[in-house]
Amino acid sequence: MTITVNGEPLGIEGEVSVADVVTRLGLPDRGIAVAVDGAVVPRGLWGGHTVTSGAVVEIVTAVQGG
Amino acid sequence: MAELEHDPLRIAGREFTSRLITGTGGATNLATLERALIASGTELTTVAVRRVDAASGTGVFDLLQRLGISVLPNTAGCHTTAEAVLTAQLAREAFETNWVKLEVVADERTLMPDAIELVDAAAALVADGFVVLAYTNDDPVLAARLADLGVAAVMPLGAPIGTGLGILNPHNIEMIVDHCSTAYDEPLPVILDAGVGTASDAARAMELGCDAVLLATAVTRADNPERMASAMRHAVIAGRLAAGAGRIPKRFWAKASSPGLDRRQDVENVDARTR
Repeated sequence: MTITVNGEPLGIEGEVSVADVVTRLGLPDRGIAVAVDGAVVPRGLWGGHTVTSGAVVEIVTAVQGG
Repeated sequence: MAELEHDPLRIAGREFTSRLITGTGGATNLATLERALIASGTELTTVAVRRVDAASGTGVFDLLQRLGISVLPNTAGCHTTAEAVLTAQLAREAFETNWVKLEVVADERTLMPDAIELVDAAAALVADGFVVLAYTNDDPVLAARLADLGVAAVMPLGAPIGTGLGILNPHNIEMIVDHCSTAYDEPLPVILDAGVGTASDAARAMELGCDAVLLATAVTRADNPERMASAMRHAVIAGRLAAGAGRIPKRFWAKASSPGLDRRQDVENVDARTR
C-alpha cells in the first residue's frame, strides 16, 4: 500500500503504525509531532495507531521562525 | 540593576527575568543564532512549526533545549483558524508546551493580522487550554477584544514584520498598555512584537509601558547579530528602568540645569521670584 508522508508517497509492506513510520524515516521521538489525516496523534498512541492505505501523514518539528 | 532582579515579567503564572523574547527566523546558521541568543539573555524564544526535514532534523529545538531557553511555538504562515489550531496542537505535542504565539496573517505583502480570523482562532485556542500570546495589530479595540477572550498576553506590532520601521503609532501602543494594565483583575502583559529595527526602538517600547519586547530579524539580520542582541538586551533593561523612573515633563523652551555665572543676577532673580 502507499501512504503520503509530508507530501511524498511512501510504499509500505504490511500493517504499520505511526511509530513504525517515524522509525523508518530515522526521526527522533522527541521534538516532532505527527498528524494523520489532519488530526494530531499523541506520542503515547503512536505504537497503537495503524496507518491505513492512502493515509496522509504530516510530521513536523521546530524550524527557525518568528 | 538590583531592582530589576525583583521585577520579573509575569505571563500566565510564569516568571521571566528577561523581558526580551527573541525569534529564531533569519539567522544564517545555528552557530550564529546560538551566540545571539546567549548575548540577548532571553529565556523565551519563538520557533515555527514545519514539516520535518531528515537532513536538518530537530536542530533548532535541540539548540533551545541545550541553552535552557523555553520554546514558544508560533503559528506563522497560518491564514485561517483551522490552520492555526492544527499548528498549535502539533506544537503542543512536539514541544510539550501549551504556550503558543498566535499569528494569523491576512496576506504576504503586509503580514498583518487578519483581525476576524485572529479573534476566532484565539477563542478556539483558549477554549482548548492553550496559553495564547496573540500577535495583533496596533489597534486598541482589537487588543481589548483579544484580552477579553482570555489570552495570556497581547502583542501589538510596532510596524509590519521585518520592516525595522520601529513604532509607527506610539499613542496606540500607550492606549493598549493603559487598557491592559487597568481593565482586568490582574494586569495583562503587553509585548511589543514586530517592527523593531534597532535598540532605541526596543527601549521606546518599554518606555511606552510595554512589559516586554519580541524581536527577531533586527538581531538575526544585523551585520553582527551577537552585538545587536546585546544592544537589545540593554535597551530593554534601560527602557524598563526609564519607564519606572518618572521622566521629566517636556518643555518648549530651555531650562538651565546650572546656576548662572553672574551671582548678583542670580540674587536678583531669586529676589524677583520671592517678591
